[in-house]
Amino acid sequence: MAINWFKYAAPSSFYGLIGKMIPWFAWSSGILFIIGLYIGFFVAPTDVQQGEAYRIMFIHVPTSILSMFVYLVMAGYAAMGLIFNTRLSSMMASALAPTGALLAFLSLWTGALWGKPMWGAWWVWDARLTSELVLLFLYLGFIALQAAIDDPRRADRASALLAIVGSVNVPIIYFSVKWWNTLHQGSTVKFSGTSMHVAMQQAMYTMLLACWLYVIAVSLIRVRSIILERERNTQWVTDLPEVTK
Amino acid sequence: MNRLSLFGLLGLVIRRDLILAMRRRADVLTTLIFFVMVVSLFPLGVGPEPDMLRKMAAGVVWVAALLASMLSLGRMFSADYLDGTLEQMMLVPQSLSMLVLGKIVAHWMVSGLPLVLMAPVLGLQFDMSAQALWILIAGLLLGTPILSMVGAVGAALTLGLRGGGVLVSLLVLPLCIPVLIFGTGAVDAAITGMSVASHLLLLSALLLLALVFTPWVTAQALRISME
Amino acid sequence: MLEISNLACSRGDHLLFSELSFTLAAGELLQVEGVNGSGKTSLLRTLCGFMMPAAGEIRWRNQNIRELDEAYYAEMIYLGHLNAIKDELNAVENLRINAGLAGCAVEEKKIIAALRRMGLRGRETLPVKVLSQGQRRRVALARLLFSNAPLWILDEPLTALDVSAVGLMQELIGEHLAHQGMVIYTTHQPLEVAGITTRRLSLS
Repeated sequence: MAINWFKYAAPSSFYGLIGKMIPWFAWSSGILFIIGLYIGFFVAPTDVQQGEAYRIMFIHVPTSILSMFVYLVMAGYAAMGLIFNTRLSSMMASALAPTGALLAFLSLWTGALWGKPMWGAWWVWDARLTSELVLLFLYLGFIALQAAIDDPRRADRASALLAIVGSVNVPIIYFSVKWWNTLHQGSTVKFSGTSMHVAMQQAMYTMLLACWLYVIAVSLIRVRSIILERERNTQWVTDLPEVTK
Repeated sequence: MNRLSLFGLLGLVIRRDLILAMRRRADVLTTLIFFVMVVSLFPLGVGPEPDMLRKMAAGVVWVAALLASMLSLGRMFSADYLDGTLEQMMLVPQSLSMLVLGKIVAHWMVSGLPLVLMAPVLGLQFDMSAQALWILIAGLLLGTPILSMVGAVGAALTLGLRGGGVLVSLLVLPLCIPVLIFGTGAVDAAITGMSVASHLLLLSALLLLALVFTPWVTAQALRISME
Repeated sequence: MLEISNLACSRGDHLLFSELSFTLAAGELLQVEGVNGSGKTSLLRTLCGFMMPAAGEIRWRNQNIRELDEAYYAEMIYLGHLNAIKDELNAVENLRINAGLAGCAVEEKKIIAALRRMGLRGRETLPVKVLSQGQRRRVALARLLFSNAPLWILDEPLTALDVSAVGLMQELIGEHLAHQGMVIYTTHQPLEVAGITTRRLSLS
């Protein structure tokens, strides 16, 4: 079969490059996770008001922050793929989506775990939790749309448009949920109401960095699989040592 | 031969879709009956205490309206897609966005407006006060067009897909949350004696925003889906 | 007028054709040939701008059709596999809407005249759903009669047509070419227009 090489040139070189980068991201993420969790669980002091239960926020806060950040990055990649017609950026967008959904889910789960001792209920209609839930829906919509379309090109372009519409909507949704929450006098509890201890800050930042590196490592691994899947008919994929084996 | 102006095109598309809807009245009625049915199910589910019903009336009507408008979204483009008319629409020399706007307006008149007109009757079932009813209607009048517009984007993206009907709800419902919040918030504010204007103004702002962007976005989505 | 250079088209992973170049000048008739699945319809859909070419470009009056966009659509008419007519409407209503979508408002008299020429006398105001396949195709083809677009892109225009309608189509195409029009079409039936040499493009 004839192959238009010019279009596939970029993914082939990218594939090799990220193959070398992934171990670095993965290892540094793992080490930082260990350090962060150690500081978080053994060094940081017990909180005066919240007791030991507050320690879940060392996972909750990084996952919440990153779940929103990853959505924006994903929408950015998707938009790039749509506007400049670069296949690789669309692949990056679809590689980021499951990780983003996982982060949103973890953030909800840890939020519920934290909420039980704090509020006495697994779920409270707090503005942040509600927005996080909507964010999870947006991720699921993106993934579902991509899964429903067989033609990868249409899937990329359609889900890119959805991601852009979603990212325009995210601030509106967040604002409206906040507005709704204040009207109904919901139980918004501030996480960082008390001044944070230095060790808490260290643990938080280490965990944030670790999660970030985890996101990079995992999405790069996933984008490698996506590249292999989409380019399976090309010569360079058949020539790869891991494929010919 | 006279060239058709932009507004001529808008009028033509609206008229066409209305005629088609009139000749397929059953479709319109199904949505409306669904709406009435969902709203009537709530008292059966939660019990007939008037106090509670009054409190939840606006929310129930809004959620039912949201679900009902999702039902009709599948029809917005699919019939035209199947018989090839959509291909001809993509080749319209004036502006595809304008044509899409026409389809959205017609869709709202057929599936959104009946819901607005039906809402007061349902509000009475829930013993809403006259003032709250008026605010509910005003909110629905501003909000249901937004549902049609955001829905159009979803309908265009899921054109011709397996299970498109469920998928479109999955995509569109989260995006409609602000409309739900401001719409029900307005009624709550009216009941508790707070200012209603801010909610309705925010809804109007959303309506304007949607009016400016969604026809264009839908046109792009159609181009993607037709490929 | 219409210039195609190094065009490549793919569907999914599958490359349909590549390095396709041809031009079409006023008064020319081009028949696209090829076996099933060779990309005839995809070529026509790419010419309409529905599909993005994998490579190459399509130029109309020396400008890329992507840039011309709606200005290009005003100068072409496309007739696909599907008739683009609504079962619920009658032939006149259908044509008035189709003409409107093509950007022009046409009087009812002209529409009726066009339908009569297509051999649909007496069927102008019947709902299209009672017409036969061939008659529906005739309704769809009647659009060609009041379009003043120079470029006609016809995908299998002769499907479901009887001998007299095929003759009528040949006549219509002949008239259009005589007025410096251009026609690109695909067909499995032979279509000969008197006094015109049909150019052939085969996709393999």
